[in-house]
This record gives sequence, C-alpha cells and structure tokens, in this order.
Amino acid sequence: MEKLRPWLPLFSILLASFLDIWLPDSSLHTPTKAKYFLWFNIILGIFFTAGAIRTIFWRNKGKNFITQAPFYAAVIFLLNIFNLVSKKYALLPVIFFPSLDRVFSVIVEDSFFLASCLASSAQLLFAGFAIGAAAGILTGIAVGFNKVLSYWINPLIRAIGPMPPTAWIPIVLVVFPTTFSGSVFLIALSVWFPTTIMTAGGIQNIPNVYFEVASTLGAGKYYQILKVGIPAAMPQMFLGIFNGAGISFVTLMTAELLGVKNGIGWYINWQKDMMAYANVYAGLIIIAVSFYLLVMLLFKVRDRVLVWQKGVIKW
Amino acid sequence: MVGAVNINSVTKKFAADDGSEITALNGIDLKVRAGEFISLIGPSGCGKSTLLRLIAGLSKPTEGTLFIDESEIKGTSYERGLVFQNAMLFPWLNIYDNIAFGLKARKVYRSSKDRVKSFISMVSLDGFEKSFPHQLSGGMIQRAGLARVLINDPKVLLLDEPLGALDAFTRMNLQDELIRIWKKEKMTMILVTHDVDEAVYLSDRIVVMTPRPAKIEKIIDVNLSYPRARSGSEFLYLRTQILKILNYAGKTEEPGYYI
Ligand SMILES: Nc1ncnc2c1ncn2[C@@H]1O[C@H](COP(=O)(O)OP(=O)(O)OP(=O)(O)O)[C@@H](O)[C@H]1O
Ligand SMILES: [Mg+2]
Repeated sequence: MEKLRPWLPLFSILLASFLDIWLPDSSLHTPTKAKYFLWFNIILGIFFTAGAIRTIFWRNKGKNFITQAPFYAAVIFLLNIFNLVSKKYALLPVIFFPSLDRVFSVIVEDSFFLASCLASSAQLLFAGFAIGAAAGILTGIAVGFNKVLSYWINPLIRAIGPMPPTAWIPIVLVVFPTTFSGSVFLIALSVWFPTTIMTAGGIQNIPNVYFEVASTLGAGKYYQILKVGIPAAMPQMFLGIFNGAGISFVTLMTAELLGVKNGIGWYINWQKDMMAYANVYAGLIIIAVSFYLLVMLLFKVRDRVLVWQKGVIKW
Repeated sequence: MVGAVNINSVTKKFAADDGSEITALNGIDLKVRAGEFISLIGPSGCGKSTLLRLIAGLSKPTEGTLFIDESEIKGTSYERGLVFQNAMLFPWLNIYDNIAFGLKARKVYRSSKDRVKSFISMVSLDGFEKSFPHQLSGGMIQRAGLARVLINDPKVLLLDEPLGALDAFTRMNLQDELIRIWKKEKMTMILVTHDVDEAVYLSDRIVVMTPRPAKIEKIIDVNLSYPRARSGSEFLYLRTQILKILNYAGKTEEPGYYI
C-alpha cells in the first residue's frame, strides 16, 4: 500500500481522463475548441509521473511529494466529479456552472487580456502596498519610540485605523486627481493601519533590558532604535504587514470598481454582468493563484529576515 | 591604575504603586579600589542590583554621589560594562554579532575586527559564530554575554549574578575563567552573588549587606592568594563567618529551638 502512495495522483488523473474520453458530453454545454480538461490532466500527469519516479530513485527528496500525494489525488478527484456533474450530465444550472473545459478555454484563449488585467492589478497592489508598508513602518517606529508623537498621533490612528478603507471611496473620488492614485491610496491605507499598530505595539513591548544592555555597551539613542528597536519589533511588524496584505486584497478588488476599467477584479465584475460565468471562474482561479503566490513570497521574505526566530517560535 | 569606584552616602528610593516610597539603599558608603575584585552579598531584594545599576549609570541615586576615578557617574558608558543575570544576548543577532555589538555601536569595529575573533576564542566559542542564542547552552550563553562586555575593554566590570542559573560544574569553570580574565585585563570587578563560596573563591573583599533598606553590614578581607583551594581551612573559616553574619543579618529574632 505504501508503495502505491506516490502513484495515487496519477491514478486519479487516469480515472478522470478515462471518464472524460469515454462518457458523452451533455448537449446543454457549449463545446470548446479543444478538450482543455484533458490537456490539463495530461500535463499534470507528466508532472506527477515524474514526481512518483523521483521518489523511487531519491527517497529523501521525494518525501514531501509522498506526504502530499493523497491530497493531490483528492483534488483531481474533486475536479473529476465536477466534470461529471457539469459537462457530462449537466446536473447544475449550465449558465452558472460552466464546464471545466470552458473555464480553461478562457484562461488559454483570453490569456493576453487576462495578463494585461493582472498586470494592471499588480501595479495598483504593489504601488499601494509599498507605500502603505513603508508609511506604516515609519509611523509605527515614530509612535513606538516618541512619547510626544505617540500622544498626538495615536488618537488619530485609533480613530482612522479601524474604518474599512473602502468607506473612504466617496472622499477619494473627489480628492484624488485620477482613479489610479485614489485606488493606490486606498490600498496603502489598508496596509498602513495594521502595520503601524503592530510596529508601534511591537516596539513598546520590547523588554527595556535590551535597551539597557545596548546603552551599557556604548550604543547611542539612534543606534539603539536602529539595531535594537527595529529588529526586536520585526516579528510584530511582519504580523502587521500580513494583516495588511489580507485587507489590501479586499480593497484592491473594490478599488478596481472605482472606474479604472482594468484589473482582474474589474474583469470578474464585468464578466458577471455579462453572465459569462466561465470567465468569472477563470478570473477567480487567476486571483487565487496570484494571491497564493504573493503570500508565499511574503512568507519566504519573513523566513529570511526572521531566521533567528526559528526554533524560538513555531510557525 | 584606573577604575576606582567611589560611592558616597548613596540612597535610592523607589515609588511604589500605592504611592508610598521603597527605600532600596540607605546611605551606602563604599570605596572600591582600582583593579580590585569585590563581591556584594546579601539577602534577596536588599538592593544589590540597584547598586550595580547606579554604578552602571542606568539609574540615578536619590541622594548621594557616585564617582568613577575623579569624575561623577552620569549615564551609561562602555567603560562600565554590566553583565546581566541571564546574559540577555540579543536573540536576533548571532553570537558573532552579539559579541561585536559594542565595537559596532562605538564605530570602532572596522579598525578592530580581529578583536572579535580573539574574544570568541577567549570564551571558547569558536565555531559557534553563526549560531543564534537559542541554539546555545546556558553556560555558552553566559560566556558569550561575558565576551560581549569584555570586548569593550571596560575599566569596571559589573556582574549581576552572572553564574546564578548554571550547574555546579559549569559554574566552577566559569569562576576560574573570571579569575583568568581579571588577572589578564586588570579591571575592577564588582560581582553580585548569592553564593558564599563563589564570593570567597573570587574576591579580594566581600561586602555583606543587610536586608532592605540595605546598608553595609560588614566588609570582609579575603587574604588568600590565587588560585584558591575550595576546601582549604582558611577558606572554610571565612565561609562560615560570612554565613554567620548573613544568618544574623537575615533574621529578626532567634529561633525558639535548636537542633
Ligand atoms: N524600578 C523599581 N521600581 C520599584 N521598586 C524597585 C525597582 N527596582 C528595585 N526595586 C525594589 O528595590 C528593592 C531592591 O531590589 P534589587 O533588585 O536591587 O534587589 P537585589 O538585592 O538585587 O535582589 P536579588 O538578590 O533578589 O536580585 C526591592 O525591594 C525591589 O522591589
Ligand atoms: Mg538582583
């Protein structure tokens, strides 16, 4: 049984492909140019075969694959079921639940347009994220270290912070010259608040003894801020940035409805209005994959910066 | 010789939460000679750490003055190095960077990089440069904490129960290490300890303090040459004497029975 484990995804793929070829399609679904789901299975099949073979020759390297194998198999099995339910038997309303072939066909055939939407979203997100994170870290450090600034700015942060960024839309539309700058502002705002709060809190909770150590070792005020305050607050800072990232994804989707007329969030909404649900799903898949990649990237950056925490804190 | 510490009628009071005052130190007078090894011993909570923090310049006396050589102590200086109880290494820096911290903070790192290596070797941590504090044993952490302060070449080394958390063997090793470092670098050592044996083994003089508000109960000269035998008759005699004083100092009434 253990021997079979790495091959489970492949079995699942073979089953799905076999059913897809063997069973007739329902006439309710519009046919696509190519059998995309089958192609999808073939490509995955090649990967999974390679993965399974690798576990035979390099047992250690394939460990991760062996652990994940049943999960991959289950995911493909679910897709297979969905394929049966939609394309083969049309058990669900055809308009809202298009076949996987259709969804994949959009991703492939509309790929240039989707890519341009994605690029435009990424532009908004990265600009807003960078501004928001930088501003958040700066205000957080200022408020965390300076009592006077904390006195004057903290109430403001507390008042503005918890408001959902999208509540600012009516004002943003008036104040900002372009919808792009307005949207960037909203995204920056969503990252700024949690980053500020967590950074300031992180700094204020640093045990004083670390600053005392630094000062008896000859560190001046600024050196202490730079080399004790900031690194010690780094884990909290990352928590803030993670929170901010989550909120910024939501804000991005809403901001694109402001009238930018571009971006992946706008695409989904537009296709929904046109009742093109295959396109909606295609957009959703692209969003899921990109946000997943972004979050993974953030994790990687954090692991790099916070190596010293490994073993201290479990994550 | 530099590094004489003069403590003139120093009183330190803290505000308690309920608004009342806690007198931690009450009119302490002490002259620590340059290059001397002196130990402070006394009941818990009597104000030993408070006194060290005053010498380090981390807090100010309520009354009285403290001098290092001819100048009054105002604020911290790398020339008065303080080794904290649990070493308090920076968890985000590896051992190398922890030990180099003082040099970098003082902007002298570039010209004295070799010093870092030699101090790492001095406390036998070669090969652990890249390790983070949480990957080290208690004794190694304590040694790194020592090296981090020593690298600044302080005139006065203040040690707040630096070996308190260690097992007996590591402790004895590090005590010998302290003597070796002291003989080599010739700085003034002021050590807070709970361990009478440690005090007798290490110091020129032992300052026994009373319970709070702390005054100096007695100063005992240890006229034994180094290295000392831990079970020599004079050693044991001094040890018993200090324990007697501490007993007396720590008790408010005689027990009603004797075993
Ligand atoms: N920052 C502070 N605020 C209020 N009270 C303090 C403060 N620091 C010390 N104290 C009080 O001063 C007294 C002496 O404290 P200190 O830490 O100097 O004792 P100690 O002799 O070092 O004790 P131990 O041997 O247990 O470390 C204690 O009663 C303590 O409660
Ligand atoms: Mg203490």
